[in-house]
Amino acid sequence: MATFTPKFRPDRRSLMGGAAAMAGLTFLPRGTMAAEEKKLNFYNWDTYIGETTLEDFNEASGIEVKMDLFADNDELFAKLKEGNPGYDLIVPTNDYVERMIAADMLVPLDHSKIPNMSNLGKNFQDASFDPGLKHSVAYMWGTIGVGYNKKRTGDINASWKHLYDSDQFAGKISLLGDGQNVLGHAMKYMGKSLNSTDMADIKAAEEMLIAQKGNIKVFADDNGQDLLASGEVVIAQEWNGDILQVMAEDDELSFFVPDEGGLIWQDCLCIPKGAPHPDNAHAFINYILEADPGALIADYIQYATPNEAARSKLSAEYNENPAIFPTEETVAKCEFQLYLGEEHVKNINDAWTRVQAA
Amino acid sequence: MEHYRKNPKAFWVLAGPGSFWLVLFFLIPLAIIWVLSFGEKAVIDGKVSITETEITWTLANYTRALFDPVYLKIIWKSIWISALATFMCLVIAYPVAFVISFASAKWKPWLLLAVILPFWINLLIRTYALIAVFRTKGYVNFTLEWVYDAIWLDALFGPYEPLELLYNDFAVIAGLVYVFMPFMVLPLYASIERLDRSMLEASLDLGASQRTTFFKVTVPLTMSGIISGVILVFIPSLGSFLTADLLGGTNAVMIGNVIERQFKTANDWPFGAALSFLLMYVTFGALALRAIMSKQSGMQA
Repeated sequence: MATFTPKFRPDRRSLMGGAAAMAGLTFLPRGTMAAEEKKLNFYNWDTYIGETTLEDFNEASGIEVKMDLFADNDELFAKLKEGNPGYDLIVPTNDYVERMIAADMLVPLDHSKIPNMSNLGKNFQDASFDPGLKHSVAYMWGTIGVGYNKKRTGDINASWKHLYDSDQFAGKISLLGDGQNVLGHAMKYMGKSLNSTDMADIKAAEEMLIAQKGNIKVFADDNGQDLLASGEVVIAQEWNGDILQVMAEDDELSFFVPDEGGLIWQDCLCIPKGAPHPDNAHAFINYILEADPGALIADYIQYATPNEAARSKLSAEYNENPAIFPTEETVAKCEFQLYLGEEHVKNINDAWTRVQAA
Repeated sequence: MEHYRKNPKAFWVLAGPGSFWLVLFFLIPLAIIWVLSFGEKAVIDGKVSITETEITWTLANYTRALFDPVYLKIIWKSIWISALATFMCLVIAYPVAFVISFASAKWKPWLLLAVILPFWINLLIRTYALIAVFRTKGYVNFTLEWVYDAIWLDALFGPYEPLELLYNDFAVIAGLVYVFMPFMVLPLYASIERLDRSMLEASLDLGASQRTTFFKVTVPLTMSGIISGVILVFIPSLGSFLTADLLGGTNAVMIGNVIERQFKTANDWPFGAALSFLLMYVTFGALALRAIMSKQSGMQA
C-alpha cells in the first residue's frame, strides 16, 4: 500500500491515475497505479456468504465488495471462458478448479499474503486437484447423498439402491439434473469409481437409469430439497447443504451418505486471470480464513468449513452434525470429481442425452 | 413515404440505426455461430483444448446431429410438443380475440391489458408460479380435493388421490401455452379488428349458417393473423428450454435443452452451434413451405 503524501506533485502519472480512478476506469497498464482502488468484485454462489461478512470486511479494510451470483459451475466457466469480465474472486468447485488450471484461467496465489492459511485443517493443506494449493484455497466442503422423508419411507438402509435400482418409492424419487452426478453415482452404486472412464461402466450406468426412469419423478436441477419439503418426492439425491436447509424446518427429513460412498466436493476461492484487484482478493481470502469471520459464515450457511479456527468457535450442534461432517469412515469411501478431459465430458453428456431421450 | 430512390438521404437516415443494430447484434453474432458450427476443439500439445476452438470447416458436427438418431428423435419430439402447444394456443386464443374485438370500447383496453399483463412479469417467475399451481399439493389439486370432499366422494371412493399434473409432457405443453398465449391473441385480435363486419352480415343474410360463415368467411379473412400467431408461437416454443427444464419429467427434453447443455456442461460450442443452425433450417423450411402454400392457394383464387 502506498502511503498518502499530502504534498501535491502534479506529474502525468498521478494525474492520469487519479482521473482514471475517479472515472472508475483503468485504462493504464496495471502496475502503473501505486495501489489498487478499494474495490473487489466477488463472483459467488447464492446464499453462500455470511449475513454481514461483506460489510464487516469493508469496515475492517475499507474495501468495498460487490458480489454477483452464479447458479452453477458451468455458468461460471462459460462466463470466464471468453475472458474475465472483471471478477477478482470466484468460487469454483474442485473439478472446475482443475479444469480452469488446465485452461490457464487462474492466477497463482501469493501464500505470503494469506497467513491465515494455517487455520485450514490438515486435510485441506494440500489438494489432489491443485497440488500445493498454488491456485486455490478451500472455502467450504460437503457431500452428495440422499435426503429422505423418514416418516414416509420408514427406516431404510444407507444405499443408493432406493434411488437407482428399486421401485419401492416409484414416482416419488428425484435425482440431480446433471448427467455427471447422476451417471457417476450410478457407477458408484455398482461398485465402480464415479470417475470411471470405462465405456462399459458408463454404458451400464446409462442402461440402469433407462430401466429406472419410469420410477423417477424428475431430474431436479437444484430444487430436490424443495420437492422433498413440499412432499412431491419422498427421497431425493441432493447436495448435503441443500438438504440441511430443509431439515432445519422439518423434523421428518433426514440425510445420509450411502455406504457405497458418494461424491465429496470442495468449493475453492480462486483469483481468475485478468482480475483487476488481485491484492484485495488476497486480503479478502485471508479475512475469510480468520476465526471469527469464518465462524460467522459457516454458522449462517451451515456448510462444513475447512477452517479449524472457525470450527473451534462454533457449537457442538454444528460440529457434531453427521449431515454436515460425515464420519472419517464415510469420507474415506467418497471421491472427488476429477476433470478427465474433453473426450470424457463428451461421453458422459452423450450418455445423458440418451437417458433423457429414451 | 417517398420512394427511396427519390430521396436516398432520408431513406438512409431512417434505415441507418435499425440496420446498424441488426448487423452488429444479429447478423455478426449469427455469422460467428455459423462459422463455429464448422469448427472443432483445438488440439494443443496433443491435448484437446478446453477453451480454444479451431475452424476446420468440418461437417462432423452436422453429421453427428443428423446420423445419431437420438438428436433427430429429440428434434422430432420438440416439433410435436411445439405444434401441439401452438394448436392449443390457437383454439383458446381465437375466441378470446373475438370477444375482445367485439367488446364495447369501454371494456376493450381492459381486456387487452389482461392479455398483456403477464408480460410484465419475468418468464422464470411465471414458470415457477405454474409449479405452485400444478404440484401435488398445489392449487389445482387443493381445489379438486375440496370439491371431492364437499360432495362426499371420499366416503364412496376413499380419500382423494392427487392428480400428477407436474413433471410430464402435459405440464410442458400447458407451460408453453400459458407463456406464449399473448403472442397468439394479439395478431388474431389485430386481424379480427380489421375484419369488415358487413361481410359477415352479408354471408348470414344470404343464408349461410353461423358455422359456414365462420369457416368460409371469417377464418379466410383473418388468415393473416392466424399465420402470424402460429409463427410467433411455434418458433419460440421450438427453441425454448426453460419450460421443459422446470416443468418437464424425466424424458421431457427438448432440443433447446440439448443446445443449452452443449454451451454449458458439455462445453462443446461447435456442436451446439450446429444444432442451433439445424433448428433454424427446420424453421426456414416451415416458413418456405408456408410461402409456397400461400402462393398456390393464391393462384387457385
